[in-house]
Amino acid sequence: MRVKVRLFGAPREALGRCEIEEELPSGSTVQDLMDLLMEDYPALRSHSGMIRMAVNRKYVSLEAQLREGDEVAFIPPVGGG
Amino acid sequence: MNEGATKLFEITTDELSADEVVGRLADPDIGAVIAFVGVVRGSTDGREVRYLEYEAYPEMAEDVLQQIADEIRERWKTIKEIAIVHRVGRLEIGEISVVIALSAAHRREVFEAVHYAIDRLKEIAPVWKKEVWTDGAEWKSEGWQKEGGEP
Repeated sequence: MRVKVRLFGAPREALGRCEIEEELPSGSTVQDLMDLLMEDYPALRSHSGMIRMAVNRKYVSLEAQLREGDEVAFIPPVGGG
Repeated sequence: MNEGATKLFEITTDELSADEVVGRLADPDIGAVIAFVGVVRGSTDGREVRYLEYEAYPEMAEDVLQQIADEIRERWKTIKEIAIVHRVGRLEIGEISVVIALSAAHRREVFEAVHYAIDRLKEIAPVWKKEVWTDGAEWKSEGWQKEGGEP
């Protein structure tokens, strides 16, 4: 299955792009996606410890299961206001 | 509700005005309105800031602002209307980055609720801020505050 990953802030700058597509085996979790991203994009590794993940615009845990077409987001520590 | 009309929870690149956001609260039968206005500061930790660059995950951020409003209504039953608008893009010193407007029949609740709203926004809304100085730049955050808890 394919999922779209959106990037913001520092990790977006580190990678120089705001979107990635990844191909994963069905039944994969957010953690599986994280592992794959760290392997494919070493520039993201230094950010991974502080990241929260969102799927389809909601914060999720790393155990959450992904589905075909999900929009995943890599959310670094926020700083609005 | 008022589809296509004014949005109560919005991420925008447009300039903000407190009056305009307060004007989004349409109910005339209210006793008190409060507006929190966040303004870009010229220095942090003694460093001179040239400008700020705000970025958001706009679709999710608007949902999160709505969620914060739902939490407020849950805690303060007397709060009537809520509007939260956050600006993104390049903001100069003194420009408004965020406006939160709330209304209720009485004054006490609006103070408590607006305090909650800005704290919660800083804690969970997917919005990021880069400070640009004369000699560098940095993404600013207080970090995720509650380990494993909210959101």
